[in-house]
Amino acid sequence: MTKMRVLLVDDEAEFVSALAERLNLRGFDVQAATSGEEALEKVNAFSPQVVVLDVLMPGMSGLEVLKRIKKTHPQVQVILLTGRGSWDGIQGIREGAYDCLMKPIQIEELMQIMTSAVESGGQNRAEEGV
Amino acid sequence: MFGWLKDKLTGFAGSLRDLPDYTESPERYKALRRNIIILMLLITLVPLFLMGLINHYLYRLTMQEEIVQPVKLLVNKTRHSFELFLAERLSAVSFIASSHSCEDLANARNLSHIFTVMKKEFSGVVDLGFLDPNGVQVSYDGPYRLQGKDYSDQDWYKETRVRGSYISDVFLGYRKLPHIVIAVERSGIGATTCLGCVLRATIDTNRFMELIASMRVDPASDVFLLNKSGVFQTPSKFYGQVLETFPMPLPPLSYEPNVVDIKDSLGREVMITYAYFESLPFILMVVKPRSQVMQAWYTLKTEAFFVFAVGVLIIFVVIFKLVDKLVKRLEESDLKREAAYREMQESSKLASIGRLAAGVAHEINNPLAIINEKAGLIKDLVEFTPDFPQKEKLLPLTGAILQSVDRCRTITQRLLGFARRMDVSIQLLDLNEVIEEVLGFLEKEALHRNIDLQLNLAKDLPRIASDRGQLQQVFLNILNNAFDAVQDGGKVAITSFEVDMDTVGVSIQDNGQGMTPETMAHLFEPFFTTKKGYGTGLGLSITYGIVKKLGGEIKVKSQLGAGTTFTVFLPKKALALAGE
Repeated sequence: MTKMRVLLVDDEAEFVSALAERLNLRGFDVQAATSGEEALEKVNAFSPQVVVLDVLMPGMSGLEVLKRIKKTHPQVQVILLTGRGSWDGIQGIREGAYDCLMKPIQIEELMQIMTSAVESGGQNRAEEGV
Repeated sequence: MFGWLKDKLTGFAGSLRDLPDYTESPERYKALRRNIIILMLLITLVPLFLMGLINHYLYRLTMQEEIVQPVKLLVNKTRHSFELFLAERLSAVSFIASSHSCEDLANARNLSHIFTVMKKEFSGVVDLGFLDPNGVQVSYDGPYRLQGKDYSDQDWYKETRVRGSYISDVFLGYRKLPHIVIAVERSGIGATTCLGCVLRATIDTNRFMELIASMRVDPASDVFLLNKSGVFQTPSKFYGQVLETFPMPLPPLSYEPNVVDIKDSLGREVMITYAYFESLPFILMVVKPRSQVMQAWYTLKTEAFFVFAVGVLIIFVVIFKLVDKLVKRLEESDLKREAAYREMQESSKLASIGRLAAGVAHEINNPLAIINEKAGLIKDLVEFTPDFPQKEKLLPLTGAILQSVDRCRTITQRLLGFARRMDVSIQLLDLNEVIEEVLGFLEKEALHRNIDLQLNLAKDLPRIASDRGQLQQVFLNILNNAFDAVQDGGKVAITSFEVDMDTVGVSIQDNGQGMTPETMAHLFEPFFTTKKGYGTGLGLSITYGIVKKLGGEIKVKSQLGAGTTFTVFLPKKALALAGE
């Protein structure tokens, strides 16, 4: 079985590096980016199956990155991370994100959502729930 | 970031500063009620009193005029009769005196003949006598033996000699019976021996009584004739007999019938109608007790007073009731306004606190996430490396860190939950989680009151897109009501379930007191409350508003004494409705 390719995007380098290593330990093929621009480059180069994306970043915001990814790579599943939940999350889900998680996250929950995102192959969770 | 926080704080403090003072004391309404009542009573009663007084005086005047006028007429008429009667007798005596010679008149037989004719023609004549110039009665005819009597000392005789003719007051004279004398001096025509001779006739006062009786006054009234010295010429019912003196001062001179109101010698209020005779020394007087005169007026007055009193009473009652109702309404509406204002104030306060909390939570969540991942990584490294030295010591340490992070996360999420109470913000959420969060607030009370909380949450309930904060509010309100409804040791059951493809439901059932149909009918109306004293009546109306806003529905079933069940139906996607 091939490893799931995951791209982690967050401006907090400490957060990204630690989470990347933990996912690596659990058998994911993980790459990290600390800005929106870097994330878009890596989506092209690495072509991940799932992008875990922080909403609130300096420079290009997570929502902007999400829009661009969905334009160029609609098959890529995006899971949003947010420190304040609510409004960014719902905006993101409208823009095509699969789900939105509140920081700090539980790694088991993240893995579960990533797995179901890849398995669902396109739909976001709200639609799936119907 | 700190600038943003500072802005929030300043805004929040500002909103607190601008709150108006809404302390309304019950005294304010008492004073208001008193003032309105006084004002309305003044406005209505003062003109009524004035009108009443004016009418009272006008009516009294009119009534008095109406009562007095006939009496005056009667007095006038009777006086006339008296005058006519006496004038006639005087003319007759005058005629006899002039038409007969002294010799004829001095002759007893002739005089007797004249008297007989005169008695036939003129009623009331008692006797007839002829006096020589010395005042000695030389001839006489009548029932008494008065021939030869000397009248030269008597007043009437002297007056007659001076004036030529005279009508006397009533007096007793030689016969000792009341009578009046009409006397005429023979004029100097004819024999000189006749100079100074006087013809006189006596008139019975019975005739006066007849005239008075013909007035037909009522029994309570008194009619009599006085002379100008106040001596009774006819008997009075109340004040004295003939020739006694009238016991009160005489009224002022008036030839026209006049009325005076005085207190008589018997202490009664009386109305005296009187007229002085123009050519004779008499006063005709009618005395009526005022109480009797004004009988009709008193009746009218009593009736008018009764109507007035009833009117005033009605005005009082109506004004009191009306003002009471008015002020109560005012008080109620003030209370409602105040409650609404407080609610608004509370909302804006909550909103400010919420935004502040959201900012803080977010700031904390990021470092918390780093701690979480770092500690998680340490734990992973320890776990994934076989035979890691001091593994047993490190694993609990990292576990403790992760647990603490989890606690912090719970706190920040609760803070964020409050933050979203005010703004509709749709997110994917687990309804069971929301319910558990809300129960977190009520656990203490349930424990304290020994309330049996039964949770039947559907395990496979799909996540729905809705507003977490608003739903927390909804369930908190309904659960609060359920807790209020049950006794200590009561039961509250919460069930979540999937209704169909689009809808999920949560029912909250209590075994409390239940509701009457009246309460049910007003349940979701703003300001309707059964919690006298501490409810604003807004909880369920807000709840209803939120559920509608989220595209859902609330159903209520209740039986008095058995309990109430609220069921909230929510669409799985509130996106379309609230996605502004």
